Amino acid sequence: MTDRIIDRTAAELAADIREGRLTSVAVTTAFLDRIAAVDGTVKAFLHVDREGALAVAAEVDAAVAAGEDLGPLAGVPIAVKDVVVTKGLPTTAASKILEGWIPPYDATITERIKAARMPILGKTNMDEFAMGSSTEYSAYFPTRNPWDTGRIPGGSGGGSAAAVAAKMAPLAIGTDTGGSIRQPGAVTGTFGAKPTYGGNSRYGLIAFSSSLDTPGPVSRNALDGALLHEVISGYDPRDSTSIDAPVPPVVEAARLGATGDLTGVRLGVVKEFKEGADAAEPGVIAAYEAGVEQLVKLGAEIVEVSCPSFAYALPTYYLIAPSEASSNLARYDGVRYGLRAGDDGKHSLEEVMSLTREAGFGPEVKRRIILGTYALSAGYVDAFYGKAQKVRTLIKQDFEKAFASVDAIVSPTTPFVAFEFGARTGDPYQMYLADLYTIPTNMYGGPAVSVPVGLSEGMPVGLQVMGPVLGDDVTYRVAAALESTQDVLLADTAPEIEGN
Amino acid sequence: MSTISREEVAHLARLARLEVTDDELDAFAGQLDVILESMKTLADVDTDGVQPTSHAVPLVNVFREDQPQPSLPRDAVLAGGPDTAEDRFRVPRILDEEA
Repeated sequence: MTDRIIDRTAAELAADIREGRLTSVAVTTAFLDRIAAVDGTVKAFLHVDREGALAVAAEVDAAVAAGEDLGPLAGVPIAVKDVVVTKGLPTTAASKILEGWIPPYDATITERIKAARMPILGKTNMDEFAMGSSTEYSAYFPTRNPWDTGRIPGGSGGGSAAAVAAKMAPLAIGTDTGGSIRQPGAVTGTFGAKPTYGGNSRYGLIAFSSSLDTPGPVSRNALDGALLHEVISGYDPRDSTSIDAPVPPVVEAARLGATGDLTGVRLGVVKEFKEGADAAEPGVIAAYEAGVEQLVKLGAEIVEVSCPSFAYALPTYYLIAPSEASSNLARYDGVRYGLRAGDDGKHSLEEVMSLTREAGFGPEVKRRIILGTYALSAGYVDAFYGKAQKVRTLIKQDFEKAFASVDAIVSPTTPFVAFEFGARTGDPYQMYLADLYTIPTNMYGGPAVSVPVGLSEGMPVGLQVMGPVLGDDVTYRVAAALESTQDVLLADTAPEIEGN
Repeated sequence: MSTISREEVAHLARLARLEVTDDELDAFAGQLDVILESMKTLADVDTDGVQPTSHAVPLVNVFREDQPQPSLPRDAVLAGGPDTAEDRFRVPRILDEEA
């Protein structure tokens, strides 16, 4: 074992800082130095705020010295996905259309991170407007998977996952609309949680699909994720879809899970996923099944559940999400923020809008805007968008029926391990299949986590745990129990990255 | 027969204010056709009498107290715009144009 600061978990670092064994400045500096050493290779960050992070760290150290009682993650640095608005720090959602925009306000979750006195290391790369599964659709550059730099780190939150996997940050924020926290977690050997929709405020997230977008934690293990979950979660009157209910006790659940006892926990496996298992790589299925065996050894009971509507989740999602996106992205008109193109006195306002949007949006964003515009157009809206909303109800009912007999549902997180760059960009539908197992939960609104379960072809595989609405705690319990069967966290077995 | 033609894609792009190139039109038409083809499977699902879901967790009539709160400072908001003048966002001339 090494004694590097960057190898410690967020929970360990928080205790070290609180109890005076390490300063937050030393911890924050260690991660900033790690970024300087390896991010030229990994390219997880769009922007690094060394000065700002160290200033917060110094304040924490002064507070500790003064004997102040600080929060559970005070002084522990964090990376934030670039779709989350941060006052005074560039925020682009990895799009050219927002290049150079400096937000005049903070997202609610940014405010909560600041209130928890966590230094923000910087903003992480992603697929443009969170549309994609590989970061190849970032308008700036793709992020590389720390396990194999020739492969993708997942998406859309590939930057956050890669930053944690490469130990450039102990924690990160992601957002999950169809799997953008969980799939990057699975393919980089890290933990990621998509909380219950409405459990975490969307205020200050750059909107993609408003009925689905959910911010959540990215970490190396379930306990660290749970600590961050409790920092950012809870009712926010500025988000009208925020749920006014107590935050599920996820930290307690992660600690309970870590004892390795799942006696009395009933875990569902989806019959239709099993029957369609040829959609996934055999190595992924093998690692997942070995994980399920471990859970059984810990006392969990496996129950088969039938969710016939899950087969329609992917097309349902690709009607609903682009429809909402085409509406949300109408705000990028070249007037109030970011880019303006073609304003030379010869083009009309409408032409300037069209030229700005053409220059500012990348191919996947344009594809989805056109798709959404189609699904919402007169003559098609009932057959496409309206039909999708009804099928969404059926998917929800499948979950509700399943949770009448089980506590949680397990599945692989994604059908395949990290693929090589360029392997799926030519055929968008092949890219969409990355979210085959993650999308049903978004349609339903419940919580789900991805926890590393093993390797296939030397690359990490994730196991997904899905829970009922506001039952986030059970997903953390099962994930932490699985971790308790591993001698060493998978996140700690990644090959060492060669420096810049 | 394809579900969506190149001309339809061009029309949709105009509606969405996207000045797409000919190359993009060629690529998008083929790709969107594949995507829409997969969506036709939804037609097989019996949804008679099923209510649509517009939001994951149903909430109705969310109200807040009608209390004035300070807005963002005008300068901070204008600072993000591509072109401003006289405390406003400046836009290309819109009068004297055909509708």
